[in-house]
Amino acid sequence: MIRDNSEVILSVRDLQASVDGTPVLKGVNLEVKAGEIHAIMGRNGSGKSTFSKVLAGHPDYEITGGEITYKGENLLEMEPEDRARAGVFLAFQYPIEVPGVSNEEFLRLSCNAVRTYRGLEELDPFDFSDLLEEKLGVVEMSSDFLERSVNSGFSGGEKKRNEILQMAVLEPTLSILDETDSGLDIDALRIVSNGVNQLANEANANVLITHYQRLLDYIVPDYVHVMNAGQIIRTGGKELALELEEKGYDWIDELEGQTEGQTKDSAEAVAAQ
Amino acid sequence: MMTTSKFSKSQADGQTIATNGSADRYLANLIAQREAIAPATDLLAPLRADAAERASLMSLPTMRDEDWRFTNLSSLKDVQFAPADTGLTVVETNALDIPEASATRLVFVNGQFSADLSDLSGVPDGVTVGNLASLSAEHQQAIVERTSVDAMGQGDTFTLLNSTCMTDMAVVWVSKNAVVDTPIQIAFVSVSGSVPTVSHPRCAIVAERGSAVTVVEQFFGSGDSAYLTNTVTEIVLDNNAQLEHCKWQAEADNSFHVARTAISQAKDSRYTGHTISTGGQLSRHSLETVQQGVNVRTTLNGLTIASNSQISDTHTAIDHANPHGGSNQVHKCIVGDRAHTIFNGKVLVRPDAQKIDSSQSSRNLLLSNKARVDTKPQLEIFADDVKCAHGATVSQLVPDEVFYLRSRGLSKARAKQLLTYAFAAEAIDKISVKSVADRLKAFAMTHSSFE
Repeated sequence: MIRDNSEVILSVRDLQASVDGTPVLKGVNLEVKAGEIHAIMGRNGSGKSTFSKVLAGHPDYEITGGEITYKGENLLEMEPEDRARAGVFLAFQYPIEVPGVSNEEFLRLSCNAVRTYRGLEELDPFDFSDLLEEKLGVVEMSSDFLERSVNSGFSGGEKKRNEILQMAVLEPTLSILDETDSGLDIDALRIVSNGVNQLANEANANVLITHYQRLLDYIVPDYVHVMNAGQIIRTGGKELALELEEKGYDWIDELEGQTEGQTKDSAEAVAAQ
Repeated sequence: MMTTSKFSKSQADGQTIATNGSADRYLANLIAQREAIAPATDLLAPLRADAAERASLMSLPTMRDEDWRFTNLSSLKDVQFAPADTGLTVVETNALDIPEASATRLVFVNGQFSADLSDLSGVPDGVTVGNLASLSAEHQQAIVERTSVDAMGQGDTFTLLNSTCMTDMAVVWVSKNAVVDTPIQIAFVSVSGSVPTVSHPRCAIVAERGSAVTVVEQFFGSGDSAYLTNTVTEIVLDNNAQLEHCKWQAEADNSFHVARTAISQAKDSRYTGHTISTGGQLSRHSLETVQQGVNVRTTLNGLTIASNSQISDTHTAIDHANPHGGSNQVHKCIVGDRAHTIFNGKVLVRPDAQKIDSSQSSRNLLLSNKARVDTKPQLEIFADDVKCAHGATVSQLVPDEVFYLRSRGLSKARAKQLLTYAFAAEAIDKISVKSVADRLKAFAMTHSSFE
């Protein structure tokens, strides 16, 4: 939901990043306020997944220019674990399997790392169990999931639901969901989307990275951004996603011609609307 | 994947005949020690004499032997070992605790049976567990008849030395169709004194037709001086018998461990071997199984964790001598600091052994740039209608995996520790005896620290 007086959670200015010397992000601008849901759409290779990893602090990407401010702090100076502890959460496109470590054990380890940073007491296994019981409902998971090793042998849908369970437990301020909808059947998509909707509130914000408009039928965004060749080239409301769906990604090439030179101001332009 | 390959066998049998017909003096000293360590039963005397005669023609292997190409025994040969103190039958240790086997436990200290530490009160019907010398004359005879000086092999030096100096045996004999739910624990404890010592533990496991049993074989020790454990385990599985066998080598840091496990599998039998190696400054485990009948299954699950300057060598050989058999092997090594692990996995498919389904995978995790791994899958396939797959990987922790855990708030060190632990846990989870798996997991966790 858009409210004028909301706190700015994330402010990205002219962000440039490269991997192995190849520029991937070429001046990204984005401002996200509390309570908002943003969707970033784009073709494969447009830089949208890179953007999500840069926000979470993936060490493979070198920041070559620009800045990211998260709740008034310089995010680029923070280690990935400190970003997580400070409330930045990335739901992975391909969650990692950790055989031999139970889901519950891992969630508690993660939850307590975050709680300690936030000045809260660590939860013992009993209290944590109670907390989990409540969170499981968010993604309609049975407690069997907790006994199993982290993502090990999980189906694609189960892995994505598990990401949302982690999100529910860690209670982030800024969640970035990287292609969380890709490869999901309708039932799993509904469950995942319901989970995200339940967790969204006026104090936090969500950035959905997606290739498909379908997700946005379930999670309604306040803003839709179109990313191409490492830049956000167009920003609009939810209707932009429908337009993109209807006209296809080739439409972006036409847009690219029209909007050249304006891209750096796209975030401000939206704010002024 | 179909693979056909032939290897030269000329050097591969581990036989080293000393020149001029005289054994090296180092070995001669070890052989001569048999005079000082009398067998607990006279039945072993002829075997010992026979073995001594053969051993005296041998010398210890060197790196010129194909089978010892990566494992340098010079650190062993620098140490003069005296016979271990066999008067010592009580030690302080909690490493023995396996609650599942609290009353099915056989303990040897320095090669000597310890009645005080053993507890056989819970041994169920259908299985005989004990040290050879305490068994009935009938059982003793049957075991000795099944025991060979070369432990079903080619007669390598260490095995012959074991047969020369063995004093007693740990015996598990499962009767026809007996299904034993309680795991049997066999622990060999070594305690060295003011001088380095050597012991030669021996173990025999026989599972008669249609029986099933789980055996946990453990090796650990302590003491001020170095010690050598030179151990041999012979396993015979009759038709349709099933054995889950966990061998955990957790010897003291300054020790040497040389082991041979020889398995004979009759038709329809199933052997699952967990070969865990975590201790010792230098250790070598050779495991050989022969599929003597059709439809035999062999599963090998190996885990080596080596740090500091440990050298840990695992050689396995699966002999598919008959059709319709299968084998599945995963061997994992976690190698840190300046440690060195060696894996040589031979799979032999003989000409008549058609329809074999075999897979082997060697997976190695390097934790430091000074750590070293030598891994060698060795397939020798002479049948043409078989499925044999093998693969080996040597890698470091995957940065994307470390990042995933960090993005969940775990520190870099904790993330690496957890991933290393997970690598081990995948192997450990296959062990059905929970307390052993738990203990091993705790070990893996503390030995995965990056702090």
